Order: sequence, then structure tokens, then C-alpha cells
Amino acid sequence: MGIADSREQGIAEWRQQLEKGEVSARELTEHHLARIQAVDPTVHAYLEITSERARADADRIDARRAAGETLPPLAGIPLAIKDNLCTKGVTTTCSSRMLEHFVPPYESTVTDRLWQAGAVLLGKTNLDEFAMGSSTETSAFGPSRNPWNPERVPGGSSGGSAAAVAAGECIAALGSDTGGSIRQPASFCGVVGLKPTYGRVSRYGLVAFASSLDQVGPFTTSVADAAELLQVIAGADPRDATCLQAPVPDYVAALDQPVAGLRVGMVRECFEAEGLDPQVKAAVLAAAAQLEALGCELVDVSCPRFNDGIATYYVIAPSEASANLARYDGVKYGYRAPDATSLAEMTARSRAEGFGDEVQRRILIGTYALSAGYVDAYYKKAQQVRTLIRRDFDRAFEAVDVLLTPTSPTTAFGFGAHSDDPLAMYLADLLTIPANMAGLPAINVPCGFDLEGLPIGLQLITGVLEEPRLLQVAHHYELAAQVMQARPVAPLVP
Amino acid sequence: MAGAAVAPASPVTSQQAPWEAVIGLETHVQLGTASKIFTSASTAFGDAPNTHIDPVVCGLPGTLPVLNQKVLEYAVKAALALNLHIAEHSKFDRKQYFYPDLPKNYQISQFDEPIAEDGWIEVEVAEKGKQTYLKRIGIERLHMEEDAGKLVHAGSDRLDGSTHSLVDYNRAGVALAEIVSKPDLRTGREAAEYASEIRRIMRYLGVSDGNMQEGSLRCDVNISVRRGPDAPFGTKVEIKNMNSFSAIQKAIDYEIQRQIKAYEAGEPVRQETRLWDESKQLTKSMRGKEGASDYRYFPDPDLGPIEVSDAQREGWRAELPELPAAKRHRYAEQLGLSIYDARVLTDERSMAEYFEAAVAAGADAKGIANWVTGDIAAYVNANRLAIAELPLKPEQLAELVQLIEGGIISGKIAKEILPELLEQGGSAKAIVAERGLGMISDPAAIAAIVEELLAAHPEEVAAFRSGKNKLQGFFVGQLMKKTGGKADPKLANQILIEKLNG
Repeated sequence: MGIADSREQGIAEWRQQLEKGEVSARELTEHHLARIQAVDPTVHAYLEITSERARADADRIDARRAAGETLPPLAGIPLAIKDNLCTKGVTTTCSSRMLEHFVPPYESTVTDRLWQAGAVLLGKTNLDEFAMGSSTETSAFGPSRNPWNPERVPGGSSGGSAAAVAAGECIAALGSDTGGSIRQPASFCGVVGLKPTYGRVSRYGLVAFASSLDQVGPFTTSVADAAELLQVIAGADPRDATCLQAPVPDYVAALDQPVAGLRVGMVRECFEAEGLDPQVKAAVLAAAAQLEALGCELVDVSCPRFNDGIATYYVIAPSEASANLARYDGVKYGYRAPDATSLAEMTARSRAEGFGDEVQRRILIGTYALSAGYVDAYYKKAQQVRTLIRRDFDRAFEAVDVLLTPTSPTTAFGFGAHSDDPLAMYLADLLTIPANMAGLPAINVPCGFDLEGLPIGLQLITGVLEEPRLLQVAHHYELAAQVMQARPVAPLVP
Repeated sequence: MAGAAVAPASPVTSQQAPWEAVIGLETHVQLGTASKIFTSASTAFGDAPNTHIDPVVCGLPGTLPVLNQKVLEYAVKAALALNLHIAEHSKFDRKQYFYPDLPKNYQISQFDEPIAEDGWIEVEVAEKGKQTYLKRIGIERLHMEEDAGKLVHAGSDRLDGSTHSLVDYNRAGVALAEIVSKPDLRTGREAAEYASEIRRIMRYLGVSDGNMQEGSLRCDVNISVRRGPDAPFGTKVEIKNMNSFSAIQKAIDYEIQRQIKAYEAGEPVRQETRLWDESKQLTKSMRGKEGASDYRYFPDPDLGPIEVSDAQREGWRAELPELPAAKRHRYAEQLGLSIYDARVLTDERSMAEYFEAAVAAGADAKGIANWVTGDIAAYVNANRLAIAELPLKPEQLAELVQLIEGGIISGKIAKEILPELLEQGGSAKAIVAERGLGMISDPAAIAAIVEELLAAHPEEVAAFRSGKNKLQGFFVGQLMKKTGGKADPKLANQILIEKLNG
């Protein structure tokens, strides 16, 4: 059929080929369904593959094109959606037994915007249960595998979406990021992952983990594609009171603005972080040097409160989660324990049997942190530290335009590497959490490989609503570095 | 021995001040917005279970609340009418507890930063056989929250012990304003008057229908007793389940006596929630309150801060109607009405407005008040009409009253033509002219009729003149009969007495 590997080509090129009739939406969809069939038994990126719907949607797009309609920007582009985004009529499990058979009667705002823009749903992707985890190992339906090395985790919680894009099982995907759940798996899987400003993208229909931190964003093979997807999903939503009213700028147009003269802040604390792999550090410093070569000015900045981010996060996120997950009681929907003899027993057993260990651990932490007598010492104190982290960023952005750090202290680790030690797992989010704490946009861009051939990621962070600047710097770096062209091994060949 | 007939006072109680009750009310008012507080589902009452629900109401995964701006407007207006201070910034919190009538297992409410704090209302406490008095009752706060759904239990009147329970989420998410009084109330009557004034104010504002039977207005009572105002508070007991003002009054009066008796008998009063049993006219224990529940409140991250600017607040204040207390004062002080009339006329805004429109049309306020509180109120109630629907318009009532005031017709004639006016409306003046119902006030004409009467009843005249004064009434009756009730009664009496004595 002559269809390119979707990792070699961006949405703009696909669109051009579709418009010219060089490829049909149906062919593009079949190509990816075939790819899924070939590699997903290994990768296990998908929990559900919506082949029939995908074919029907693709055919509809082709018919509209044949009828001479002007089609929206993502017409015929096949995508994967993290399974914590509600899709009307399509099971949405959050990788939990609790929601194993939950079929939402409504569509999330972000996915609705994608379908309005003509995108085709290939399926729903795996995640850590209720997005709680950094490896997909807490998924009730088994972990996903890293396409670069199936013995390694893809990262998490949006590991399925990251792996699907990395393995060419879709053109792009959506994930959600509460403490790094887009950027860290993007880093592990060598793809671009963007967490927009808190409130830039609607959360309506995103199954809540920690409401003040959750944000939906794209996984793509290029920064330009990330801009394309953000363009479609961003913007005010009357169904989400925390969604920002600010108009949506032209992200694609912003990409080509010159970067010379921009000040790039090297966050000292992140390069001195405990457990930072020297290979990761070296690759990220090399990326900084690349930006310097493009005319950016590197500035040493200090954000002393960054290292408190993880402690703060593990109070605030579980606190919010403990309330958000209270609704799963076996009464209205979701798993109900059989044969209970009282309401209390039904609720307790439904939750004990429906939730996995990590989810229960976080509910317990959060319930404790909000309890009378502890709420001041934990929850309220954490909110104060959160303010201090925000101030660190404010101060930093007085001196620089964009901050640069590694995305993850390590490359993809092996299965079970942290299973006896939740705290070690939590450290995987050390460098990504501060941006969530402050609600800032941040992006992972691949910047190299370690000696085992595993991808390394660079994190860039800008001020609130400065996605155009963020994408612009990332795009220029990506073009200059040509990291994927220099990769030592191809992922999951062929 | 002097005073031997008097029972000796107990040495203990003689030293002590009389018992006093300390009462506070928590009033939940359903705000009458068409849609729910955080979603567009309807708030209609009385429909089939679970017909006014949507993904947000049911707390489906991924749904989010968005504040209905009409709810904010109603809450602020209610708060302004209760003389509360409106917070420039306030927030919503999650109040967490597991119960199946709460779809999310937390209630969105306001905890430590309510929309309004520190106000008061003036209550007129009227009780048969007692002096009516005014009392200012402090109000701690008003906050917004969502209502819960309704549970129906099979095989038991509560969840424990039922074979199964059904839940109806139609009510879930209906907007509530919770109004918390200060512990300023001392008697059941005061509490009932306070609650009824809250209801009256909400109805004046149009923010709630205050229907207690449908649960649009619900009161929980907190009550304790102590030995006089300086004594420490006794154990606080909560009473629920009163669905009328009289039930509030009776439940409190019962509970005061129950607590006093317990203390006097040396029995402890338990901290607990009690239910008012309307059929047995007593309170009974529902559940103990062992220590405070931990609701694990925290700010709801799904809802931003609630901001009310000065301009917004003042704009809403400017839309407030004149409130019942202000009307009562004005009617008594400026219109010279009795406290009783002022109270009756202002009970419903529509009646007060009817009254005021009639007065504005130029008739005497007292005259109008008598008609409105008497025949018109009776007719409206008997026919279950809203006074605004009454065919007799206020201006037409004013015309009728003016005819009486001006001596054109007698009160008797007015009463006679009233039924027709109530049913069809119309001009009293036109009816009077058309049917010649105008009063005979020409002294010569009346004198002529009186002469005729006396001539026709010589025996009665003789009897009168020999001292049977009571017969005056007979002649008045005869005169009215002869004139079809149209004789000017004052003039007629005067001439009659003159002639009879003559």
C-alpha cells in the first residue's frame, strides 16, 4: 500500500496525502489496525480496540471527502485514547476492576473535540489503575511493555498511550498528567508528551484522580503534531469550571518563531537530584548545549523548593483522590461485591475487591491526611509548600523564558524493579511534579539514548499559558538534534 | 403559722434561677431555580423517581460541577435580606461521608468560608393571651450546598434492618441555602415565629416557595436548657423531622420539659439526635452522637473561588423588595393599622401588594385593610385563588371603599354587591348608579318616610313613648326595609329619634 511508518511522518504530511487522495482514511485506519494486531500482543498498549467503529468512522470521512466537503484538521487521523477519558458507548475502565464494565453514557470534552475534528478512534489504552503509578504495573489488566525493550516498563501512568505511539500503533494519542503521567512515559518511550497549562484543556470526562493537578495532553512523534492536537483540544469549556477562558492561540504558527536570544534556565536542583542517572544528565546537558548553539542563552537558576514537590504531591494528590474515588461504592455503577448482607459490607467489600493495592494505599494516605487532627499538619501544610513551589517558578521566570530539566531521573526500568518499595517508584516523578504543582505547561522531547538503547527525555517548562513558547523551543531543538535519526536501535523492528 | 398553706420550697431550687432554654435553628431552604446547583437537570418536584438526573447528578466518573449563577444570585439576595455580610471571596468544600443518597459520597457545601455571615432578622412573637413582642434573632451564617437524594427503605423505616432500599436522585443536587441562627431563641413560639419569618422573607424574595410539606424548607433544632442566663449550657440535643411551624413549636416545648424533668430527676441528658413524632406528639431518640463526625472537609478543587464584586452585590441589593418587617412597621406607623392587621396583610407579599395598590388608588387604608383581611381573604382562601388572580382589582376595591367613605352607599349595600364584584370584578360606582343603590341622605325625604312609618305603627309609637326604648331598633329595621337599606343610617337614626320623641 505504500503507507509510511507513522513514526516517520507527521500529521501535516498525512493530511496532505489524505487530501490529495494518495491514501484514504480507511487505508490509514487499516494500516494501524494491522500494526496493532502485529505488535500489541507484545506491547499490550491497548485495553480495547474499536476496529468496527474505526472503520465506520474512516469510511464516513472518505465519503465526505469524496462528496467534496472541506474536512476538519484531523479528518481520518487514527488516534488512541487513554482509558480514563470517557468515551460514549465505549467501555472506560481506568484499568480497574471497579470500572471493568463501565460504559459511559457521555463523551469527554477533549475526545468530543477530536471526533468533531474528524479523528478516528482506534481504541483505549492501558494505564496504571486510576492513573496511580509510574509504570502501568498497577493496571488490573496487566502492564504494557516498552517498545524499545519489552523487558522494561513504558512508564506511567499513561504508559499505554506512550507505547502505542512509540510502536507505531496509532498516529498520536491522548494521556493525562497529574504528576508526570504524560511526560515520564513519553521520556521512557522516546516520544513527545505535552502537559498543557492547568485549565488550558477541559477535564470534563477525564476520570478524576487529583482534580487540582490532572490535565489532558497529547503523545506524538513530533512537537509539530503535539501543536496540532493541542490546537484541537484546548479552550474554554462551560462544563469545566476550572477551564480557562483565554483564547486559543495558533500553536502551529508559533513553532517557527526564532529562538535565538531566548534565555533557558538550567534548574540546578534538578541536575543535582538524588538518583539522577549520569547518562541522563549528560544527554540533557548536551541538549542544553544544542539550544545554546541555536542562540539561546543558558542561565543557571535555583528552585530550592523543587525537591519538596514529591512530599507535597503525595499529600495533595491522595487527599483529592480519597474524595474523588469515594463514589465507587457498588451502589450506582461499577463493581459490586456479591452477597453482602448489609450496606456497609457491600460498600467495604466492593471497594476492597474492586480497587488494587496502590489505589487503596493512596485512598488511605489521603483519608489520613484530611482527618481531624492531621489536616493542618498534612493537607494545609502541603498547600503552603505548593505556594512556595509556585513562587520558585515565578522568581525563575523573572530571569528566563523557559526552564530545562531532565524529565525522569532514569531511563525505563525493569518490571518489578520498584514493586517492594512504593517510595522508590514515587521518585520516578521527582522532576515532573513541580510543573503540576504550579499548573505550568511542560513537555518531554526525546534527547538521546542510554547505553542500552533506551530513550532519554528532556523536559522544558514555561510560564502559564506560554505553550506557544514551549512548543517553539521544543520544535527547534527537535529539528536541530534529529535524535530519532541518530537512534542506536529501531524500536520493535520491523 | 403564716404561710403554712404554701408548700415549702425545695432548698435546692429556691437558690436557683428558673430554667431557660437555649435554642438554635438550622434551616435548609431549597432555592427555587429551574435547574440544579451544579448542572442543568430540572428541579421539578413530584415526578417519577430518577427522571431529573444526568451524569453530573449521578456523580458518574469524569463529571464536573459548574455553579449555576442563578443559585449564587438567590443565595446572595437571601443573605442580604437577612442582613448578613456578603463575602467578597468564598469557596465550596467537600463534606465527606458515605451514604447512598449522596451520589459522590461527598456533599459539595461551604465549610469555613461561607458566602455570608453575621446577620439578624426581627421577629414579631405573637401568642394568644400574651403580649406581642419584637425580638431580634442573630444569624450566624448562610451557605450554599447541594441537596441529597431520597432513600426509600423496604421492611423498615430506616436503612438498618431494611431488606432493600431504593434511591431516587431527583432531589440530589437541588440548591440549598442553609441558614444557621445564633442560639438566641428561648421558646418554641419564638422558634416557630423565626422559622416562619425566614419562610416569609424567602417567599417575598421569590427565591423559594418555602413549602414545608414538599421539603422546600426544613428545620433542624438544637436545644439545651440551663438555670438562668449565667449558667453553663446544658447538653445539646438535635431535633429533626418537623414539617410545620406548629410542629417546631410543640417539639421544642416538649423537649424543654423533657430535659428539665430529666435534670430535676437527676438523670443525664444525652447528646443525641431526636425525631419529632407528630402522631404521638413527642420526641424520640434516633441516634446517639458520640463525639463529632469527621467530615474531612477540604476545598473542592473542581470549583473555583466564588467572587461577588461590590457592584454585583449592590445590583442585587437594589432588586430586593420591601421586606415583611419593614412593611409591618410602615403599615402600623404610617398607615395607622393595628399590629394584627399589619401582620395579616404582610404575611404574603401578593396580599400586601394588593392592599398597597388599593391604598394607592386613593382609599382609606383602614377601610381597605378591613375588606382585604376580612371578606376578600376569606373568598380567596375558600376558592384557592391567588390574590393576584382575583377578578376584583385593587383599584376597583378602592372605588367600593371610597363609595362608603363618601357616604354614597352604606356598608350593608357594599356587602351586598361584593360577591358579584369578587366573581366578576367591575366598577362599584357603575353598579350603584345603574341599580339606584345610592344612599338616601336628603333629610326631608327621610323625614317623610319616618312620618309614614310612625303613622303605620301607632301602637309601637305609644309603647316607645311610654319608655320602651328598645323599640327604636324596630323602627330602624322598618326604615331600612322600606328604603332597601339605602337610608343614610346616621341621618335616619337622628330623624327617627327626633320624630319618636316629638
